Amino acid sequence: MTTILIAVGILLLLSLIFGAILGFANVRFHVEGDPIVEQIDAILPQTQCGQCGHPGCRPYAEAIANGEAINHCPPGGQATIQALADLLDVEAIPLDGDHGEETAKRVAVIREDECIGCTKCIQACPVDAILGAAKQMHTVIADECTGCDLCIEPCPVDCIDMVEIGVTAKTWSWDKPVGPMSRPGNLIATDRQPSTEASH
Amino acid sequence: MSSAATIFDFHGGIHPEQNKTQSLQLPLGKPKLPQELILPLGQHIGQASRPLVHVGDYVLKGQTIAINNGFLSSFLHAPTSGHIKAIEEKAIAHPSGLQDACIVLEPDNQETWCELHPLPLWQESTKTDVLTYLAEMGIVGMGGAGFPTQVKLQGAQKNNLEYLIINAAECEPYITADDMLIREKTAQLVQGIQILQFLAEANEVLIGIEDNKPKAIERLQNELRIRHLEKQIKLVVVPTKYPSGGEKQLIQLLTDQEVPSGKHPIDIGIICQNVGTCVAIYDAIVLGKPLISRITTLTGDALSQPQNVEVLLGTPIEHLLNYAGCDASQLQRLIMGGPMMGFTLENHAVPVVKTTNCILAGTAKELPQPAPEQACIRCGMCEQVCPASLLPQQLLWFTKSQEFEKAEHYNLFDCIECGACSYVCPSNIPLVQYYRHGKSEIREAREANIKSDHAKIRFEARKARQEAEAAEKEAKRLARTKPAPKKDHDKKVAAGTPEAAKPSTANDASKKLKIDIAIAKAKLKKLEKALTTAQEEERSESISQLQIEVDEQKNTLSQLETELSTVAPAPVKTAKVTNSEEAAIKQLKIDTAIAKAAVKKIEKAIKRAEDINAPELGELNQQLETATSRAAELDKSLTAAKDAFEKSSTEKNSITVERKGPSDTDQVASKKLKIDIAIANAAVKKAKKNIDAMKSDGLDESAIEASGLTKKLNENEAKVTALQAQLAQLTPSSTNTSSDTKAEAPNPLADQIKKQKIAVALAKAQLSKLNKKLEKEPENAAEIQIAISEKQAAQMVAETELSQLLNTQEKN
Ligand code: SF4
Ligand code: SF4
Ligand code: SF4
Ligand code: SF4
Repeated sequence: MTTILIAVGILLLLSLIFGAILGFANVRFHVEGDPIVEQIDAILPQTQCGQCGHPGCRPYAEAIANGEAINHCPPGGQATIQALADLLDVEAIPLDGDHGEETAKRVAVIREDECIGCTKCIQACPVDAILGAAKQMHTVIADECTGCDLCIEPCPVDCIDMVEIGVTAKTWSWDKPVGPMSRPGNLIATDRQPSTEASH
Repeated sequence: MSSAATIFDFHGGIHPEQNKTQSLQLPLGKPKLPQELILPLGQHIGQASRPLVHVGDYVLKGQTIAINNGFLSSFLHAPTSGHIKAIEEKAIAHPSGLQDACIVLEPDNQETWCELHPLPLWQESTKTDVLTYLAEMGIVGMGGAGFPTQVKLQGAQKNNLEYLIINAAECEPYITADDMLIREKTAQLVQGIQILQFLAEANEVLIGIEDNKPKAIERLQNELRIRHLEKQIKLVVVPTKYPSGGEKQLIQLLTDQEVPSGKHPIDIGIICQNVGTCVAIYDAIVLGKPLISRITTLTGDALSQPQNVEVLLGTPIEHLLNYAGCDASQLQRLIMGGPMMGFTLENHAVPVVKTTNCILAGTAKELPQPAPEQACIRCGMCEQVCPASLLPQQLLWFTKSQEFEKAEHYNLFDCIECGACSYVCPSNIPLVQYYRHGKSEIREAREANIKSDHAKIRFEARKARQEAEAAEKEAKRLARTKPAPKKDHDKKVAAGTPEAAKPSTANDASKKLKIDIAIAKAKLKKLEKALTTAQEEERSESISQLQIEVDEQKNTLSQLETELSTVAPAPVKTAKVTNSEEAAIKQLKIDTAIAKAAVKKIEKAIKRAEDINAPELGELNQQLETATSRAAELDKSLTAAKDAFEKSSTEKNSITVERKGPSDTDQVASKKLKIDIAIANAAVKKAKKNIDAMKSDGLDESAIEASGLTKKLNENEAKVTALQAQLAQLTPSSTNTSSDTKAEAPNPLADQIKKQKIAVALAKAQLSKLNKKLEKEPENAAEIQIAISEKQAAQMVAETELSQLLNTQEKN
């Protein structure tokens, strides 16, 4: 009987000690913010365009954490949806067309001689990528522009264009080879095409 | 053999057909000048160069035509004399077949050299000078990716070098450019190596050469013997095996050391240079000639006279093909580089660049179409030949299924793209192409990630700024509602002393500004402190965030200071103080501004250094500290001088002193109060924020209540109101509204005209918008038409008003 009591007592003691350690760790190593929201936010493209219906990427990240669908972000496109699906362990679904289509990467360009310097675009730009002052010509810092389209609408003289960023030799990437199944029925060596047979 | 150096071995490797003899039958050729030379601005790794010349300029042979554009960039020189025909996008030698910015030079066939400035006394110059000189001569690594040589050597300055390895292996089939170079320019090569050794100061210098170049080996041995350099420079002959010329493979062959994954040879105290680079260094330093030509192999069965040529950079490939007698009907595939690592060129007009070592014009028999790809049978042959000891079949699996993370985990980036695995694969899988695809996908994703992180930081900084602005506005609004009753009181004072009214308001305004400045400075100091702690703890995200905030704070500070300086002169004039004091203050101000600019500059440099992880960070930080302390010192003396100045001005103007005496103490008190209010306000804000955070964390009201925060908040709010009430009693001085309006409308007419002009422009724009809309939506034509006519009327009205205004202005 005493052995049982001792055992119970020891276990009780242990559980109390570990409970205290865990409680202490919870306070001491408390993580600020919601880590899952951080992770989702890190995947979103940070274009801050609001096409998802939220005022920026972080609010959408919070919404996703609270159960909103993961296919509302057109700038991120399928790649972002895939990454989100992997992270949240849900199925990757196609992009919701209601929020817009996936487009090529673009930047805003101001036709500078037409700008009247109303500063409206500056107020709209979520990442401060537009430079200018009242009644002065404005311009876009292309490197900072996320291509969110938000400056287009407020411009009273319609002098902002979205221009696609073309591929340069530095940003070009190699294509993926077509793969072995590109020609059906080619699994056996004797099935080779006439052109290669000729060299036999 | 001059040395009995032991030779080691590396894993894998293959023995493809050599095909080197074809191009060694003829001596080194020298093609005539082409019609035009095309010089791409990005011939090297890193940023493209910046052009120095304009279209139509006449340039001499060897003249600098483009300069470096950043750390990893390089210089570019005119290969011959002539006119700049264009600076435009042209097809370049790149696997994508894309275009890039090029300088097009039309030779005048005179070959007039510019003045050359060799560096014959390089042994007496400092290494930094020699390295800078090499950079200005446009020297880049001529074996591989075109890595700027001075950057590589700069790295060598910091480490203690064990080996300097000269790469003469040239393992790839068909290519004989280095072989020919060693035979033709043996003396130059050896002297170039000596210069390199002077710069690198390695314990040992090794030349690694494959045993399939007996003539080159013999010449090199003779040259070393004649110069009595056999002890210093060891020639190591290695057996022929592809890819012994790979940097890491050659290092393993000569030293038995393996470069760890993700590291560079420099990290284990080894530096590798190609023989071509050595000769280019000799040409630059001893002869003063920049890098404007190179030796390139022209080979392949489609050429009737395969040979090596010394060719000017920028020469179109077409021109060389014609020179070597190319049979266009035989030409099946044109490859730049060797058959293993080169890439196919679709466009024959692309130019030779600094890294072009071979042009291979193959016939259909020589380079047959690759057989169709089959599924991997896991035979493991690729693993056996991989010189980087990778698992090619695993890499294939992961890149194919887009599992790039796993591919990276299997060291995809250690693959040197030698093609050995593709060569042996019985299933004809283009493995290298998969790896290249995987690598570029990963790189792209990384860049996108960097960009999105950057956007996030900027977005958050903007949000923070907007919140701060809103809070400031709110504070101002509160401040404005309070002093209202004091106006009459002030007016009474002003009425009693009409002449004194102006200076005192000006004084008031400047006082206010000074308080603002003090607050701004305190904020700045706080931010800077946070920044330094962040830097110490290396929290990069918060560093840049804080950096932005610091910059903003500085901006507001300088704004306030300029405002102050515009306000300050008012009392100065009434006081009629000696000019010398004024001048001293001005000088101090200028000094402060300069010191502050220096601080900013250094901060920027630090940021840049952080970006590239440069080792000068510590030094820069020190500089920053000294500069900031200097700025602070100057600032202090500036305020001291201003105080003294103010004192003296009050003394001189005894009439104002009498009146100002009592109000001065009041002002000091009110100043204090205002600061107290600001502090209390900040406390309120903080408490509110805390409460908000708790709320969003899901705590309910009672819990918040319990935490005592609300109590604190209420207390603070009460404090603020109490303080504000005190302030209201104290300060009988705010007649600034009237002076403000006066200052703001010095020329009402001009202002109006401007406004009207904008109205007209707006109306016009709206009209055009409507017109566009009309085109787009014909269904709503009627409505839009009405709107258009309305707008037209509005525009007419605006225009007539504008012309009226203009008329009145003219009359005036
Ligand atoms: S739609 Fe725009 S704002 Fe929304 S998550 Fe995507 S990029 Fe961010
Ligand atoms: S909104 Fe248009 S007109 Fe106004 S500042 Fe921007 S670009 Fe210029
Ligand atoms: S050599 Fe080709 S078939 Fe064999 S394991 Fe490697 S990839 Fe697969
Ligand atoms: S190409 Fe890459 S994986 Fe293939 S053998 Fe060469 S180093 Fe190894």
